[in-house]
Amino acid sequence: MADTPKPEELLKIDHSPPTLGLEKGWMRTLPVEIKPGMHCFACEAKNLNVVGMPNPRQWSASDEDWKVPNNWKEIILEGFKDRLDRFRSFKLFMDICVRCGACADKCHYFIGSADPKNMPVLRAELLRSVYRKNFTTAGKILGPLAGARDLTYDVLKEWWYYLYQCSECRRCSVFCPYGIDTAEITIIGRELTNLLGLNIDWIAAPVANCYRTGNHLGIMPHAYKEMMDFFVDEIEDITGVRVEPSFNRKGAEILFITPSGDVFADPGTYTCMGYLTLFHELGLDITWSTYASEGGNFGLFTSHEMMKRLNAKMYAEAKRLGVKWILGGECGHMWRVINQYMDTMNGPADFLEEPVSPITGTKFENAKSTKMVHITEFTADLIKHGKLKLDPSRNDHLKVTFHDSCNPARAMGLLEEPRYIIKNVCNHFYEMPPNTIREQTFCCGGGSGLNAGEDMELRMRGGLPRANAVKYVHEKYGVNMLANVCAIDRAVLPALMQYWVPEVDVTGVHELVANAMVLEGEKERTTNFRGEPLAGMEDTEDV
Amino acid sequence: MNLKNLLLQKRSSIIKKWCDIVLRTYPEESQNFLKKQKDRFANPVGQTISEGIASVYDELLQGAEPDNISLFLDNIIRVRAVQEFSPSQAIGFMFGLKEVIREEVGDEALQGELRKEWAALESRIDGLALLCFDIYTECRQKLFDIRVNEVRTQASRLLKMAGLVYEIPETGGDLKEGKVNNG
Repeated sequence: MADTPKPEELLKIDHSPPTLGLEKGWMRTLPVEIKPGMHCFACEAKNLNVVGMPNPRQWSASDEDWKVPNNWKEIILEGFKDRLDRFRSFKLFMDICVRCGACADKCHYFIGSADPKNMPVLRAELLRSVYRKNFTTAGKILGPLAGARDLTYDVLKEWWYYLYQCSECRRCSVFCPYGIDTAEITIIGRELTNLLGLNIDWIAAPVANCYRTGNHLGIMPHAYKEMMDFFVDEIEDITGVRVEPSFNRKGAEILFITPSGDVFADPGTYTCMGYLTLFHELGLDITWSTYASEGGNFGLFTSHEMMKRLNAKMYAEAKRLGVKWILGGECGHMWRVINQYMDTMNGPADFLEEPVSPITGTKFENAKSTKMVHITEFTADLIKHGKLKLDPSRNDHLKVTFHDSCNPARAMGLLEEPRYIIKNVCNHFYEMPPNTIREQTFCCGGGSGLNAGEDMELRMRGGLPRANAVKYVHEKYGVNMLANVCAIDRAVLPALMQYWVPEVDVTGVHELVANAMVLEGEKERTTNFRGEPLAGMEDTEDV
Repeated sequence: MNLKNLLLQKRSSIIKKWCDIVLRTYPEESQNFLKKQKDRFANPVGQTISEGIASVYDELLQGAEPDNISLFLDNIIRVRAVQEFSPSQAIGFMFGLKEVIREEVGDEALQGELRKEWAALESRIDGLALLCFDIYTECRQKLFDIRVNEVRTQASRLLKMAGLVYEIPETGGDLKEGKVNNG
């Protein structure tokens, strides 16, 4: 039986009539304040022009006037309707959420900021409310009572602010009982903002560069090659072995594609040297391309069409060179594109062959249609068959933990291979707590094009749950190295660590592999690929 | 009974109230989560605050080992320094402790002998508030340093590669000592 309220409790009952949604709750919080540190800079007109995106112009998010076209509302609503018709999943995601709240506290940006609009359910509700108002009978008639609201200029700004505070990591979708993929809602939401030219430059510039030059930074082919020559010299200095990579070589068996971050940004460069060393030691018939010189695909963060266009370049290059299959480097969202979208966008890649490891004979049946194998699948298979001579003690100065990158973990189930490799090349490996790894892994805080510098506060908030788990294993086991298989991770995590756990450094998995590999004809190794002395070699000259 | 014993006696209710003051600085919709989710990996903000507050309180009563107390405050402020707060909002929670203590033990503490101890305690809390200010500034400074370093690292290799910079090698440079021709 229910407790009878006491007189003083009865006195506290509020007798004012309930308010409509608009007067209370999250809808009341407009206009949103666009805060520095929490958003990326607006896209440059030239970067939209080069790929034919609509409404290119100079604008700034901190200005009152975003210079959107006069008929912006019409453009958005038409775009909304078009996508509801084209994507059944989007329509379902708009309709079936029962606001159970299972996702609410699972977003790293919410956990780190406590901003309710970073709850996945509420971020999606920003779009759903407009959907209800314009595309459902109940919403049209009942308005706020049915959770519907008008699309106003303030709402548009709120969309933009929060859609670019979601890294499309899909952690929330793991917990949704209906399987709603909030990342796909963000993807469509960003497509809509792109109709008005409201992209961020950290996405638009890489897209333009990738489309025009072949990689995010716009590195020209000769510069790409020069950088690799530099690595070849470095590897020779360290190992005594001169590796001989080939570029744009027709008739090679395998095409290797990796994020350009591996070639141009530390610490990814050491991972890149790891790939080069591995390929040389195995004697693979493999070529790099200076045109398909980007594994990443920021088209995924722009629109379906742009993702398809950029992805097609990799396959066009594979066709041009006449390779049998593609080996892909340590990248994050590239693998979501390959594993989840490529096949229906540009596939099946019939002109390629089902990948087979030339060293072990293993058929990669999982890549039967895309013809693209993840390098940790390839290397794990080599180790399993005893094809690599390894001395894990060379990594003894490291206590390693592994950060599952969102996309390889949740979009392709790549959970065991990197761990298997690390355990074979390092003697000290420690897992972070179960609710922070594997399918439940936390984003680095800078995925989906949010790894710019100007949004550093956002990155620190979003990365807090990850850093918090790293801090735990650092304090408990002395972990000092955070391994991962994603170029964005390698760019974002060092800054995150510097703020939250400065004792921990960041590495790719193949840097660890190459450090442990005993090469045919190598000299005595005194340093690792970073030029730091190996354990026991601290006093050696030449270090 | 001295003030310390009094405060120890009221420890749990003071800590709870002080913690509530900190959590009330967050949006209403999120406070429940910050309070109730006890898993430190699922709720790092809430747990850092509640653990930090309890530890700071204990250290304060134990006579405050400066390094320890600084570490606990750092844990809390490092989080708040990158959240939706102005500087005063980020560290203002320290003064909340005065309020809570006054509310909990004011009747007894403001009389007679305990008044001196009370004044000493309040000035210690003021001292901690100044320490909070230092920590907050350090955190913000770190954030800006990280931004600058990131830009620098991103560009340095490209500059070298483009031949736009030449780095002096650590050994074996072109010019040997004593061989400089000054013309």
